[in-house]
Amino acid sequence: MDLAVNIIIGIIIAATPLVYAAIGELVAEKSGVLNLGVEGMMIIGAVAAFAATIETGSFILGVCAAIICGALMALIFAFITQTLLANQVATGLALTMFGLGLAALLGQAYSGKSAPTFPKLAIPGLSDLPILGPLLFGHDILVYMSLALVIAVAWFLARTRTGLVIRAIGENHDAAHAIGYPVVAYRYATLAFGGACAGVGGAYLSIVQTPLWVENMTAGRGWIALALVVFAAWRPWRAFAGAYLFGGITIVQLHSQGLGLEVEPQLLAMLPYIATIIVLVLISSDRSRAHLNAPAKLGQTFFAPA
Amino acid sequence: MNIFTAIGRAAVLAVIATIAFSASAQAADKLKIGFVYVGPVGDHGWSYQHQQGLLALKKEFGDKIETTYVEKVSEGPDAERVIQQLAQKGHKLIFTTSFGFMNPTLKVARRFKNSYFEHATGFKRSKNVATYNIRYYEGRYVAGILAGKITKSNTIGYIASFPIPEVIMGINAAYLGAKSVNPDVKFKIIWVSSWFDPGKEANAAKALTDQGADILFQHTDSPAAMKLAEEKGIFAVGQASNMHAFGPTAQLTALINNWTPYYVDRVKAVMNGTWKSTNTWGGIKSGMLQFAKWNPKIPADVVKLAEDARDAIAAGKLHPFTGPLKKQDGTLFLNKGEKIADKALAGMNFYVEGIDGSLPK
Repeated sequence: MDLAVNIIIGIIIAATPLVYAAIGELVAEKSGVLNLGVEGMMIIGAVAAFAATIETGSFILGVCAAIICGALMALIFAFITQTLLANQVATGLALTMFGLGLAALLGQAYSGKSAPTFPKLAIPGLSDLPILGPLLFGHDILVYMSLALVIAVAWFLARTRTGLVIRAIGENHDAAHAIGYPVVAYRYATLAFGGACAGVGGAYLSIVQTPLWVENMTAGRGWIALALVVFAAWRPWRAFAGAYLFGGITIVQLHSQGLGLEVEPQLLAMLPYIATIIVLVLISSDRSRAHLNAPAKLGQTFFAPA
Repeated sequence: MNIFTAIGRAAVLAVIATIAFSASAQAADKLKIGFVYVGPVGDHGWSYQHQQGLLALKKEFGDKIETTYVEKVSEGPDAERVIQQLAQKGHKLIFTTSFGFMNPTLKVARRFKNSYFEHATGFKRSKNVATYNIRYYEGRYVAGILAGKITKSNTIGYIASFPIPEVIMGINAAYLGAKSVNPDVKFKIIWVSSWFDPGKEANAAKALTDQGADILFQHTDSPAAMKLAEEKGIFAVGQASNMHAFGPTAQLTALINNWTPYYVDRVKAVMNGTWKSTNTWGGIKSGMLQFAKWNPKIPADVVKLAEDARDAIAAGKLHPFTGPLKKQDGTLFLNKGEKIADKALAGMNFYVEGIDGSLPK
């Protein structure tokens, strides 16, 4: 029983960065922008959070630094694709490479340092319950905030006027523009939100999961988050479930090796990435998109005629 | 041709001659040495130690050498490009520090017959390619003795990278060391398929501790597992360099790679013109493998066991792989008293009897 609880805790820790990155990207994609730079934004968030935590000793400032830096990266992307009207796919890829390189450069000074351990929640009565205690009430605050974020985004997109406008822009930006909505402004906002979330996802990696900074520590999680959004048919709760599934495969694969189960470790390690490739192939073929509930204008440049 | 063309041609020839002369004169002044690392220098593990060797060379030879290093070179086509670039830029001695650089090194060596190449942890040589390695398994055997005695749960966790002979012999040696003092010890092994991925190593370390391991070994290059051991209050063995900073109370000891004596030797050989392609496999005796300070929590009698084993190995009296030893499938591969041959060791692709689980292909 103990082992099962520990495995689930491990899955939660592995899934949380994916939840943040996926939800942020989901909102951006709902507004019709395909931002492939999630990996770059995550790693910048990771280095920013680590650097801020080491310099100031405060985790809150670390997470705030990650939010700001992730949003800044996304705003660069927004400027290039929404104002300068460059191709979204190419710019997103460039953002990824830029983010990875910049993070490596900025992180040079921090690559042997050790950050303090992120505090876990310790609610007096609830955290001590035998099984449910550590399982439900013993995590750090960022895990609970990820759940709150999913709830908030699901409600926001489905039930508020602003959410409706965002979805409308994603489905038909020309019509939205004709009605009078500031399409570019909305997209700047959703992209900044996506960047901030990706930044927090990266921060989770560098100050909670492994309190270390290493170059490329996101190791492809940004790409997995992108695939998750499509996997989830652009619905927040499905993205949450998908993140837990992906995180789950990673952790279970490690545990099954330790338990001596006879599955090739390389095979299981490949699964999240194979799924990512399949999903990313689907996202670029027009015919299947209609079936996949994608925002109709996803990835298309918006040019306001006069 | 008229006079101007003649003067023009003479001028061009003179310029070319000056450049060529100065270039060769420059090359004759300093020996250019190149290093190719598979990971970042800041990994506080494998590549970090090689860099310490580089720094020691600078201290030893000062102005007589010029060093260049390239880090985070992946073990694939990129490696060939990097090694080639170093050779083209006039580096006469190039150290390639990872197993996966083996074929790229040989390829480039064929094209640059006047440069010397040193490949760490490989087994293919040529006229201008030498190989060098450390007998880490000796260190793992000694660390295994410590672990076997200290473990309370009798479960030892091992984070392994790739199923190459070097990693496998490390696992076997650690197990044999632990078993020699504790017949009930069990090893749990997780393969992370990477030399350096702190996130994965941390997850693997957590999975091992969740499954009851109270001592962690690793054959990966980051201090993530050591950090987790420190958090959980258990012990771990540092890999390749002293990870004390990450695990002040957790580190039992660390197996430190000391490349300096070998590097200084080889640079001197190039400078004297006596360089030959050799295969160096240094162990504790050569000073290439060192141990970090023993953890003060280890009882004195256990320290003595470890130090005795270490000294016996250095003196040649004890070999971690001495028969009778059986493979995992029960077949005998060493008779009583027989010590394993280096060649068999370098091709080891099986677990010894007593280790559960199977090797990934």
